[in-house]
Amino acid sequence: MSGDRVTKALLFISSLTILLLSAGIVISLLGGALPAFKEFGVRFITSSVWNPTEGSEEYGAMAFIAGTVITSILALIICIPMAFSTSLFIAEYYNGTRTSRILRSLVDLLAGIPSIVYGFWGFYALRPLLVATGLTDQGFGVFTASLVLAIMIVPYATSLSAEIISMVPAELKEAAYSLGATRREVIFSVVIPSARSGIIASFILALGRALGETMAVTMLIGNANVIPKGLFAPGNTMASVIANQFGEASGLKMSALIAIGLLLFLITALVNYLGKLIIKRFA
Amino acid sequence: MTEINTALTDNIGRRNRTNVRFRYLVIAGAVITVIPIFLIVGSLAIKGFRQINLAFFTQPAPDTFQAMMAASTGDIIPGGIANGLTGSLLMVFLASLFAIPPGLMTGIYIYENSSQKYARFIRSLAEILQGVPSIILGIIAYIWIVKNITKGYSALAGSVSLAIMMLPLIIRSTEETMRMIPVSIREAAFALGTPYYKMIYKILIPVSFSGLATGVLLALSRILGETAPLMLTALGSPAISFDITKPVSAVPLLIWDFYNDPNMVSLVWSASLFLMVFVLSMNLLARSVASKHKYI
Amino acid sequence: MNNTSQNDNVLEIKDLSIAYEPGKYAVNGVTASVKRNSITAIMGPSGCGKSTLLRAINRMHELYPDIQTKGDILLDGQSIFSMSVIELRRKVGMVFQRPNPFPNMTIYENVVAGFSLNDIRMKKSRRDEIVENALRNVTLWDEVKESLYRKGTFLSGGQQQRLCVARAIAFNPEVLLLDEPTSALDPIATLKIEDLLGELKKKYTMVLVTHNMSQAARISDDSMFMYLGELVESGRTGTLFTTPKDPRTEAYLTGKFG
Ligand SMILES: Nc1ncnc2c1ncn2[C@@H]1O[C@H](COP(=O)(O)OP(=O)(O)OP(=O)(O)O)[C@@H](O)[C@H]1O
Ligand SMILES: [Mg+2]
Repeated sequence: MSGDRVTKALLFISSLTILLLSAGIVISLLGGALPAFKEFGVRFITSSVWNPTEGSEEYGAMAFIAGTVITSILALIICIPMAFSTSLFIAEYYNGTRTSRILRSLVDLLAGIPSIVYGFWGFYALRPLLVATGLTDQGFGVFTASLVLAIMIVPYATSLSAEIISMVPAELKEAAYSLGATRREVIFSVVIPSARSGIIASFILALGRALGETMAVTMLIGNANVIPKGLFAPGNTMASVIANQFGEASGLKMSALIAIGLLLFLITALVNYLGKLIIKRFA
Repeated sequence: MTEINTALTDNIGRRNRTNVRFRYLVIAGAVITVIPIFLIVGSLAIKGFRQINLAFFTQPAPDTFQAMMAASTGDIIPGGIANGLTGSLLMVFLASLFAIPPGLMTGIYIYENSSQKYARFIRSLAEILQGVPSIILGIIAYIWIVKNITKGYSALAGSVSLAIMMLPLIIRSTEETMRMIPVSIREAAFALGTPYYKMIYKILIPVSFSGLATGVLLALSRILGETAPLMLTALGSPAISFDITKPVSAVPLLIWDFYNDPNMVSLVWSASLFLMVFVLSMNLLARSVASKHKYI
Repeated sequence: MNNTSQNDNVLEIKDLSIAYEPGKYAVNGVTASVKRNSITAIMGPSGCGKSTLLRAINRMHELYPDIQTKGDILLDGQSIFSMSVIELRRKVGMVFQRPNPFPNMTIYENVVAGFSLNDIRMKKSRRDEIVENALRNVTLWDEVKESLYRKGTFLSGGQQQRLCVARAIAFNPEVLLLDEPTSALDPIATLKIEDLLGELKKKYTMVLVTHNMSQAARISDDSMFMYLGELVESGRTGTLFTTPKDPRTEAYLTGKFG
């Protein structure tokens, strides 16, 4: 039947879109990054010098790699207790109740707020609070960025962890209760051990989100092209340096920024792959 | 075994106390998690509502001088976000046009051929693409469109970057929706001698319609708030423009352009409030559609 | 024992009603007693409230705040609701329908799970002794003594269930609650568990929910028959099976429903 053949052909052709797209993305990034890698070699990754002055141009990504890793890990550290207790609240203590559903929707709301709104809010509402603590002069820096980043990734870690915690069989928990364990003991000796790899994966996937977040970080990190010297020191992440400098870049600088994009692509792909792998093994 | 009894009488009090304490810790953690929601929504609502009026939706953004004059006399800032709003709608519309048809079809393809290696590979590609930071898609659309096609920043480039973001979302939601359709429905259709393509158009798509709509709405709510790729592609424009080969503004771009300008800041509060409400309503709409859809 | 005047009844259930949803009673006004060192079988068609009744005895329902419980249960003359739940569950062990050894623990750790969960520390030699004893009691020792430090999940269903019994009796409870402990097992594994329960009777009091009438007839001393949440009839198993008083009991025993 010809209708059948046309339909099948159309479906197949459309599936090529993503194939070509993926190939195109990788090729374009590689092609764009090539001049920078040719010029600087491995030094592009290991050096933290970022000097766009004409004549003595030199670009290294280390400061931004460090900025990205530090802010994301710090965000994850802040996120873990929040997401962990919220997922226990939703999937264990109040599982199946109205309270749990309300909390779940509130957390989902957090996931829906655009990154730029987080950045703006952080800039005008959170930053003054941090300045008021006296820990920082301007309120810009790694810590501010990480704090907002943590709030942004909490919903991802929470919803996945909650789902995994709620999958722990009731009969296992009941077996522990029937031996006299308290709820906390059941959580630590049965629930968490059974859900461990899933919970870890949910935090890895949240980390993957944090690594690529752009706007909020760009508005809060202070935009200094150096390895951050402290918790309240300014820095730049891979995403934020691209956001800040791509517009006025050309030539070697543009290639350097694309190369940073390529590195970011690889890092996030790796982290996401790891998270998905653990989830698949778990299920 | 009196040893057990002794041990228990010794530790029951302590264990119950830690148990209660841990419970409070969990509740406290959950409360801390939701506090930012109220802080964000609250501060945006309080600081943003003043500027929301008719002009907010119908006039383009003022320049900083006009804003300064208004601010100095304590008036509300003239003008609005019309250039951003039209730009956002234009680019989101184009992105949907580019992404939804191939996304739907690819999703159906994967679902129909899920046992094949190629289809599973396509699905993994979609998964990977979904995890790519949006700023990188901005770089891509810059290289492809800004540099090579429109020879300058353009709405087209912006919509391409958004479309690349949208595509994997549509593919995955389509496939997941289809997978929830009971096989019996398909089999019943085939048993009646329905040809393959009719089965897709008359059964698969209609039965999963609300699920597909949910996926599309969620994808739209994701790209509506996107800023990073647009900075590299659409750039922004002070005027309302519908020329897809020229730069346009977008609501998030307006926020980015003006957030650091003290004269404009109250307009930016309003723009942020509007963007948040817009995106969240889209999100809620998607969820309410999702909660209604049930299969036979 | 703390109460010298008490009779032979370990458990006294007094006008117990349990509702999962307000007003809808899954167990309705049940009054019954369970004798020391005996096996009491609870029978009845599916959904009549057997599990619900059994789970009330170690206050399992408290895990689910929506469930309402009225009435009282006395353990050795003391209301279970006046005890600490930890103390109660130390005295009342439970074996579930499907074998549920802790998948994150070794066989050895599973047997002493009651101790570790309750934060009771003791010498390794004492633990070894408890493990060996419990596993011998459930006739599992010879089968697993070489693999004590492996996860319990590789065992067969019947072995897992015996491991679960071992886990419960290692803690030396007074009462053992068993909710259809053999329904997920094959006939040979079932026979082993039945033999085991007959042995354990010497030391423990057991309440056994079962669908299997011949099982109840074979191993129980007393029987209760429930129907639609109510206790229709109870008494010596022999009497109940040969001369049931209530027509519903008779109908059930002759296979008319359930
Ligand atoms: N978690 C629950 N929520 C609501 N109703 C329940 C729940 N568990 C049981 N019920 C209801 O309570 C009644 C008694 O259930 P119960 O599990 O005690 O029956 P049972 O006699 O053990 O049945 P079976 O032989 O099938 O195990 C049934 O009508 C059942 O539908
Ligand atoms: Mg039952």
